[in-house]
Amino acid sequence: MKKIEDTRVVVGMSGGVDSSVAAYLLKEQGYDVIGIFMKNWDDTDEFGMCTATEDYEDVIKVCNQIGIPYYAVNFEKQYWDKVFTYFLEEYKAGRTPNPDVMCNKEIKFKAFLEHALALGADYLATGHYAQVEVRDGQTRMLRGRDNNKDQTYFLNQLNQEQLEKVMFPIGHLEKKKVREIALEQGLATATKKDSTGICFIGERNFKEFLSQYLPAQQGAMETMDGKVMGQHDGLMYYTIGQRHGLGIGGSGDPWFVIGKDLDRNVLLVGQNINNDALFSTSLTATDLSFTTTLEKPQSFKATAKFRYRQEDIGVFVELIDNNRVRVIFDEPVRAITPGQAVVFYQGDECLGGATIDEVFKDGLKLDYVG
Amino acid sequence: MTRIYLDHAATSPMAEEVIEVYTAEMKEVFGNPSSIHQTGRKARKKVDDARTILAKSIGAHETEITITSGGTEADNYAVFGTAYARKNEGKHIITTQIEHHAVLHACEQLEKDGFEVTYLPVDKNGLISINDLKNSLREDTILVSVMYANNEVGVIQPIVEIGELLKDHPAYFHTDAVQAYGSLSIDVITSHIDLLSVSSHKINGPKGIGFLYQRKGILLKPIFYGGQQERKKRAGTENVPAIVAFAKAVQLKQATFTNGNVEYNQLKQVFLSELERLKVPFQVNGSQESVLPHVLNISIPNTDVETFLVQLDLAGIDASSGSACTAGSIDPSHVLVAMYGESTPELRNSVRFSFGLNNTEEQVLEAANKISKIVL
Repeated sequence: MKKIEDTRVVVGMSGGVDSSVAAYLLKEQGYDVIGIFMKNWDDTDEFGMCTATEDYEDVIKVCNQIGIPYYAVNFEKQYWDKVFTYFLEEYKAGRTPNPDVMCNKEIKFKAFLEHALALGADYLATGHYAQVEVRDGQTRMLRGRDNNKDQTYFLNQLNQEQLEKVMFPIGHLEKKKVREIALEQGLATATKKDSTGICFIGERNFKEFLSQYLPAQQGAMETMDGKVMGQHDGLMYYTIGQRHGLGIGGSGDPWFVIGKDLDRNVLLVGQNINNDALFSTSLTATDLSFTTTLEKPQSFKATAKFRYRQEDIGVFVELIDNNRVRVIFDEPVRAITPGQAVVFYQGDECLGGATIDEVFKDGLKLDYVG
Repeated sequence: MTRIYLDHAATSPMAEEVIEVYTAEMKEVFGNPSSIHQTGRKARKKVDDARTILAKSIGAHETEITITSGGTEADNYAVFGTAYARKNEGKHIITTQIEHHAVLHACEQLEKDGFEVTYLPVDKNGLISINDLKNSLREDTILVSVMYANNEVGVIQPIVEIGELLKDHPAYFHTDAVQAYGSLSIDVITSHIDLLSVSSHKINGPKGIGFLYQRKGILLKPIFYGGQQERKKRAGTENVPAIVAFAKAVQLKQATFTNGNVEYNQLKQVFLSELERLKVPFQVNGSQESVLPHVLNISIPNTDVETFLVQLDLAGIDASSGSACTAGSIDPSHVLVAMYGESTPELRNSVRFSFGLNNTEEQVLEAANKISKIVL
């Protein structure tokens, strides 16, 4: 076992408060800490301003305050190839992708991890709200202590090999406490606003952003029985269960997106937040990945999340093959969305996850969902 | 860990004598050279004496020297100053693909403003062709800007030949000599140079000071307006201590000119032989015949510059590559792109080492050894 001062940890620093405190805590514990900023996207405007430049400025300030070296690394090409291309493909296919899951899988804990190891790092640390703990010789990924912030949903594709090299120094803390530490230490990012949304879109208008890359095709909005309710701006702008932005007026219950008919370019809508057509009872998912290398039973009970920050639901998981699973819900679930992740838990432990592919109600495939 | 600084082409440490002069001037001379009183006159004399030293160092007259805040301002003044003074005579400018960004980005800005710019290519040795230049010259060409020696690979351009070619053409001949000055003997008269940029901090002088040589009769539109300083060419109260210290650095360079060049080239050769002895695979980028003595750019197969430079830093060696881009990450060098094309491994595995004051043979041997440990 290496001594703490000989253990090199590369911290992925985003210029936000979470990774700043992660780096600070590791330095306090005596590790050989290096801060590295990842540049994955270039949004330089005509005046030469770029979000990444501002974030990197914050990384420089914080690293100098903590007293650690800082560097930057450019993964724009890998990000474009592995994350952004996937993101566009999924939208083209009428699904709702999760670029954060893909970024963690392909960039942060793959390309960036390799970069860190090449620099002699023993571990890669990030400011994620998640925890790792060794039990029975396997590194387990546990939920972040702050239930409201837990980010294991986005980390579900990490495998054992990756987890063995990972540290989540703030995973045992509440967000409030993280801010407190940053304030106490006077870190430059202590009061910086949390970033929201998808990193490459930032605060910009989602529709406008997407329209730069994918042609939008307007079409009809119809009820399940074919009644035309209005026009949609392009199917890719809508996700299952969405309420806002439909523009269907009139009295009665609000309207929701129920599904999409890609062949006819029709957006299917229905009234009532608990519209029966929004509910399903099972799904199949692909890109199955487990956090440990333990032998998995052919079927098992677990709890699952179908989107970020959702309460867990009891499920029964059946392995179809190495890459696919069937997930049967204990109770009907609303607005299951193809392209999003289904993530499995047993108690505090995140077992892994997969990408939602097809959705079923009582054994019948809901074609309108995707 | 004592660090080994092999990045003198980025910036250089100030010589002891320069620091002494600099601090002494800060203590003793605070007057404004434009003032009519004795305190002002004392400062004015210091600036005049310094200007004479700067002028003589390139064979110029002191009225031809405009002191600037450094190389970037000198380049900008030469490029924008020529363009806006001569826009009625022509709007065509010739430069090279391997210029410093202080020239390149200024030219790109002028393109947005209706000027036409020809960017001369270079061969794989980093040299432009005189024929290309000849073929690009037009009646409406108002400026030719070719750097004296490149900052990334150290390759020296055929300045005398360019001057010869241009002496009968109305275009002004500007050369960015920021990297060459101090290492090469420069004569603006015999080289037919009209405009020449120099920076102090590359020759062990203070930062934030430099000059533009402007041949008598060459008219530029100023970029700064205000007081009457620098014969109205560059408004702003003079940075007297920095100017005096700059002149001191120039004198020191001149005194050690031959020895310094031999010594730095010797360090380069020792470094290269040690890399060879240790069986580190490498290839030198750029001409070996026409190159600055203290600059070395090598490509090491199977390394990645973004990783390698960090490894060097963690091992205590300061070196660099290309130019830092937005947010600290490294862009492929435009110089290497010009030499080798868009998609060759050299763009991702080349590093610049540059030698200078206070470097020793022990240091470069140690650096080579550390590199072999990283690479092999």
